[in-house]
Amino acid sequence: MPLTKRLGPATRDAYGKVLAELGATRPEIVVLDADLAKSTRSDDFRKRFPDRFFNVGISEANLVGIAGGLAASGKVPFISSFACFLMCKGYDQLRMAIAYPRLNVKVVGSHGGISAGEDGASQMSIEDVALATSLPGFTVVVPADAPSAEALTRAMAAHPGPVYIRTGRPKAPIVHEKTEGLALGKGVLLRDGTDLALIANGLMVWEALEAADRLQADGVRAAVADLHTIKPLDEKMVADLARRCGAIVCAEEHQVWGGLGSAVARAVGESCPVPIGFVGIADTYAESGDPDALLRRYGLTADRIVEVARKTMQNKRQRQQARAMGG
Amino acid sequence: MQTRLRELTDTARQIRRDIVTMLGESGSGHPGTSLSTVEIVTALYFDVLHHRPKDPAWAQRDRFIMSKGHGVPAQYAAMARAGYFSTDLLKTLRKLGSPLQGHPVYGATPGIEASTGSLGQGLSIGIGIALAGRLDKAAYRTYVLLGDGECNEGQVWEAAAFAAHHKLDTLTAIVDANGFQLDGRISDILELEPLGGKWTSFGWEVREIDGHDLGAVLDAFTWARGTRGKPSLIVARTVKGKGVSFMENNNQFHGVAPTREEVAKALAELA
Ligand SMILES: Cc1ncc(C[n+]2csc(CCOP(=O)(O)OP(=O)(O)O)c2C)c(N)n1
Repeated sequence: MPLTKRLGPATRDAYGKVLAELGATRPEIVVLDADLAKSTRSDDFRKRFPDRFFNVGISEANLVGIAGGLAASGKVPFISSFACFLMCKGYDQLRMAIAYPRLNVKVVGSHGGISAGEDGASQMSIEDVALATSLPGFTVVVPADAPSAEALTRAMAAHPGPVYIRTGRPKAPIVHEKTEGLALGKGVLLRDGTDLALIANGLMVWEALEAADRLQADGVRAAVADLHTIKPLDEKMVADLARRCGAIVCAEEHQVWGGLGSAVARAVGESCPVPIGFVGIADTYAESGDPDALLRRYGLTADRIVEVARKTMQNKRQRQQARAMGG
Repeated sequence: MQTRLRELTDTARQIRRDIVTMLGESGSGHPGTSLSTVEIVTALYFDVLHHRPKDPAWAQRDRFIMSKGHGVPAQYAAMARAGYFSTDLLKTLRKLGSPLQGHPVYGATPGIEASTGSLGQGLSIGIGIALAGRLDKAAYRTYVLLGDGECNEGQVWEAAAFAAHHKLDTLTAIVDANGFQLDGRISDILELEPLGGKWTSFGWEVREIDGHDLGAVLDAFTWARGTRGKPSLIVARTVKGKGVSFMENNNQFHGVAPTREEVAKALAELA
């Protein structure tokens, strides 16, 4: 079946919608934002449940600390801001007030990645996944599209521990036609293959599907998996893909240090070492620009995935030859 | 003085036109916050700052930091009009590869002294620059422009305490008190008054002015230069969106660029 690109709502829209629904059945949910409610979409909740919504002002450290106190007192706080401000300005508070006491707080960073666009690097987040996964006990989620963001927001609300979820600013192409069975910590195999596994999350899942299509023309049958949960990682799926395909390419809208690729490499190193290629943001900040132009400029495209896939396939063949020669 | 004021008023009008035009061109950005700062930024670049636009790295220059980084279009326009770079560059604002980034970036644009855009940080950087000047026995002054919403950030108050403790009288902060932040009115989100009183109690010399009265703005900077033994703060009471009728006190224009029609309407008002 040929791929057709269908843009759905942004993942932040999906989050806002589900959050407002959850408010009706979960009176213990309290929502807090740091003066970005309209952008993060927590405003959808404020409109319906103004008594359980607080704009703390532009004070992310205070936001996180207050959430810790609320959670220690039986509430379930959902806190949001741009991913960069929430994670970078609230980090010690995330550590001391939430992660260390293992409190049930949902941390929602919107405008993740560089597709935030024209505002430029100061409003973008290329380090949030690395920071979040470094907090012991945190579950870390990067949904690919609106349907999965809805399902994962529900799953996150049902999960009894701290969760970080990254949402995005732009409309996202639909990759999940159905969302039954979508669960935290469980990857989704969108397309099976035997030669190479493309493991992606966020907007890169769509790009991976496109890349798989193009690789097919090279005679490469590529599997595509959405690993929306970076932590806990679906190690079983990753090991299985490594074993069956013998090569992996990871793709994410995040720095290559400390994101999905790093997590997959660690897991594969332990279970079944195979060549891995990495598509992500190199050692740099991005800049202002139209989101699509930025994604191209920083190599977050199907083209780039294909390029890295070819190199990784070559690594795989070289290793196979070396092994055949007893090397 | 009267002709000087008339000239500056005209420059301020031109800068407002530049802001509206460049944001219309970029299709994104923050009109309201830029427009409320225009008299302050005009006074700085065309009267107050000792600077050499063609030599932005001149060691003795006064430093200016736009801590509320989303207001940078006003600064870019003033810098272009003052001769830092061509006014042609203004239309590249926020475009891929442009030196005019959506928020100020140190190193990307000549004359930008600090990367800002994550609110609450500019005053600390300004303190560092002023401290270095003291250590080097340099004569330059440091100016930092803050938003009133930005004063929600705890770091602003950490910085305020430090500057007063160290008697940094070469440092002047200006709060662009336009009464709004992103999601609404300051008074509805997080009460900040008495704003001047807070800074006074932190050990600053404080003066409160109408931030759109250019004469008062100039006087306040003269006063600030004369303060000794304490950092100085100017509370500039302003109107968000000032100068464009349909943007004034209309927070819809916090972070939404004007359409083509709105640009034309605004430019007609600013003729
Ligand atoms: C640390 C941080 N949190 C949130 C934001 C998003 N943000 C951009 S502008 C703004 C409101 C700023 O209000 P104020 O300082 O009063 O400036 P105004 O736009 O009203 O001039 C917010 C919350 C940010 N840039 N930095």
